[in-house]
Amino acid sequence: MRRRKFIFTSVSAAGGIAIGGYYLAQKETVPNPLLDTLAHGELAITPYVFLDIDGVTIIAPRAEMGQGIHGTLALLVAEELDVPFSQIRVIHGPLSKVYANNVAYPKETTLMRMLRRGGKIVGWEKIKEMHPQLTGGQSSTKDGFVKMRKAGAAARMVLLKAAAQQYDVKVDALRTSQGKVVLPNDTAIPYTALLDHAKDIAPPTDPLLKPRREWQQLGRSQPRVDMISKCTGTAKFGIDVRLPEMLYATVKFNPHIGSKVKWFDDSKAKSMPGFVKAIAKLDGIIVIATNTWYAMQAAKAIDVEWESALYPTETAAHREVVSKAILNEQGGQVVNDGNVDAAFSKSEIIEGTYHVPYLAHAAMEPQNAVAMFKNGQLDIWAGHQQPGKAQHLGAKIAGIFPQAVKMHTLYMGGGFGRRLENDFISFAVHAAVEMRGKPVKVTWSRESDMTHDAYRPMASARFRAALGNATINALALDVASPSLFSSLRRRDIGIKNDVPERLDKFNTAGVGEQPYSIKNYRVTAHKVERLLPVGWFRGVGESQNVFFHDSAIDELAHVANADPFKFRLSHLEHDPSIGVLNAVAQLSNWESSLPKGHARGISYALSSGAATAQVIEVSKKKEGIKIEKVFAAIDVGIALDPRNIEAQVRSSVIFGLGAAMYGEITVSNGKVDQTNFHDYAVLRMNQIPPITVHIHESESKIFGAGESGVPTAAPALGNAIYALTGERLRELPFSKSVTFV
Amino acid sequence: MEEMAKYQKFKKITLIVNRFSYDVYVDANMPLLWVLRDELGLMGTKYGCGAGLCGACSVLIDGVATRSCLLAAGNVTGEIMTIEGLGTPAAPDRLQETWIKEQVAQCGYCQPGQILTAHELLCNNPAPGDAEIERAMAGNLCRCGTYPRIKKAIKAAATGPSSAANENGKL
Repeated sequence: MRRRKFIFTSVSAAGGIAIGGYYLAQKETVPNPLLDTLAHGELAITPYVFLDIDGVTIIAPRAEMGQGIHGTLALLVAEELDVPFSQIRVIHGPLSKVYANNVAYPKETTLMRMLRRGGKIVGWEKIKEMHPQLTGGQSSTKDGFVKMRKAGAAARMVLLKAAAQQYDVKVDALRTSQGKVVLPNDTAIPYTALLDHAKDIAPPTDPLLKPRREWQQLGRSQPRVDMISKCTGTAKFGIDVRLPEMLYATVKFNPHIGSKVKWFDDSKAKSMPGFVKAIAKLDGIIVIATNTWYAMQAAKAIDVEWESALYPTETAAHREVVSKAILNEQGGQVVNDGNVDAAFSKSEIIEGTYHVPYLAHAAMEPQNAVAMFKNGQLDIWAGHQQPGKAQHLGAKIAGIFPQAVKMHTLYMGGGFGRRLENDFISFAVHAAVEMRGKPVKVTWSRESDMTHDAYRPMASARFRAALGNATINALALDVASPSLFSSLRRRDIGIKNDVPERLDKFNTAGVGEQPYSIKNYRVTAHKVERLLPVGWFRGVGESQNVFFHDSAIDELAHVANADPFKFRLSHLEHDPSIGVLNAVAQLSNWESSLPKGHARGISYALSSGAATAQVIEVSKKKEGIKIEKVFAAIDVGIALDPRNIEAQVRSSVIFGLGAAMYGEITVSNGKVDQTNFHDYAVLRMNQIPPITVHIHESESKIFGAGESGVPTAAPALGNAIYALTGERLRELPFSKSVTFV
Repeated sequence: MEEMAKYQKFKKITLIVNRFSYDVYVDANMPLLWVLRDELGLMGTKYGCGAGLCGACSVLIDGVATRSCLLAAGNVTGEIMTIEGLGTPAAPDRLQETWIKEQVAQCGYCQPGQILTAHELLCNNPAPGDAEIERAMAGNLCRCGTYPRIKKAIKAAATGPSSAANENGKL
């Protein structure tokens, strides 16, 4: 959008503010951010629809990291706006509270808002500012389902009224089709011809939406809006930003994550080609040069003494801390139905202990950001899943107000939760402040990306259970893993390192809410003292807790001599869950007998509230275990784009399987051992089995799909391996115990 | 002045990229990847690992898929083709059209490397089977799980008439 002065009247601004979706979400008036940069001949109807002479642009204010969310959100608008999906352009758009993710973020209560604002005035900042524009947890489609459609419907109403005015016809005599308003005489007026009249029309506050049976585009697979650019190498990722006079930098990291620099000597680097400057910040040295490679070479020539590690230096010590924690008497009880202890006192107890390692995100695009601090304004270019937080921290580092920080959010070469962090932002802003006036691109090496992650936590769990009549009479699960929020608070600048561990909802996500009917059921989470930095990983708490929970269920099924599929069904009354289990059983021909040396495993869980299930068929080969086939079913509630949903299921299944089979981050001498793809294995093309997907539509509500195949992948595989070999593998990755072919 | 002195010691390196000739003055040890990206502004070739393990940096040199992160600029012989030289959004190459039709990409970061490696495969083997595809593509990592669609696109492109590139992969 051209940066010329906004000359339209403020009527559309006032009307825009009243739009259904975001009006309900915002108690305070947040102006339409599109209006800041509107030029002559441009129109913004709601914060989501922008029109100019070239056509319709839809703002999809979520991180596009491969999950196709830009297309899905835009499709919701396009359906109601009656414009062909192929004709629209989609952009991320600006950062604004208007684009809050109301599913991921609870709405701030009036009291909290008053406390926060009042506190700020008197210098009491205990109540943190929220940064609700966030992408993660499979929430974007849920969040956008109604509000994006309302934006489209409101924009359509405005354009109809504009045509009514322009052609002196009654609105009722008009209709829309294919991006045009159709007059009573069947003349079709493109929306782009109505901008002048439309600018003075207030959008309706709560427009009616089309019933599902009238959908023409929603529900059908659409070509992705970013497909052509991604197949021609023209799609711009954060790492691809290129600006005049830009400098290039990398970070030479303290191998002990989070610990500072004692001293450094860059005298040798000073004579190297392209070297500009080296500055010590956070847990590394930012090496600035005129080319990324010059920066990386110069970094090698810098001598450093590092502060020592703030966490135990060996993996075994981490494992000991986590595995001991599950034996603690006390813990945070998430569920406590019936009387588990009483049930245990009367029965034989079946028990098992499980362990999973730290995992790296290992997105294909290493961490990076570009920042420029010029004339008191800070610009940050990055792929980011929560740009408001990046703005906030960037402002702090630069010593300016957040309003003076502009975020430019680009495509991400994989997010998986890694780009919720702000370390890569912080280094770029420090570099920009140092090189005032010049943009600096800070690119992490793959080694830095792998060894300085915010890992999926190491975790342990113990289950104890009692059966009665082939039914689970009692089940107690004790889980332990470091808290994501405690770790995050330590990493945010300005927060002192001494943050005590506490439990958060992610410690028990995946175990607290599985809808099994178990009379005596207890889930306890245990705190774990400070270990490696941990963060949000695709699947989050479900990525470890569903492995624990579903494997336990499977063990019990086998002890009860029951069919694992029927055993799970017999404890469920939740229709969508029954639906997905039946689907994978059917797809995989569960009831049929397999040839010798083949076996199947099944798993089930709610993933972000949506029912998911998987069946994996394995076979025993001379060289090891082969994954023959995978069947996955997920409940999306309502399928908006079947092809994209299927792609996400396959994507998350492969992601989960790779982690289950090979994923492991270890620590020696306080340093992460794995540095690149040679020692942190990820799946390659020849290791992918055929994956058959069933999309279930419970139609109760809408669910996302981005992480859906992750939680059930590891347990389905473990359960299959048990059925094949009789050996229950309770530790991940499975490659520690078996060889995969 | 000190800056200039650092650069004057570099000999001119001439590179032919997508049929254009570029003269660069860089350390001859600079990997071609960083010449393409930081010096020439050709951002389609991606940095993924810097160690030849992931294939995101793949370019074609005289039709041969090469890890540009491991090839020093001073050692380049032959004509380089990057993803930008294969096709454009307005005029994609036939293989790219197949990629688009099959909706292969998700995050898209690995795809330029995947496409160029597949291009080399198809130039050498117009109708590869599963095993041959897997072998040729094993060095190209994807974290989004697009492998099944990559395979499908390669097969779909293979069954068509021979590609627009001549036998050496040069246009």
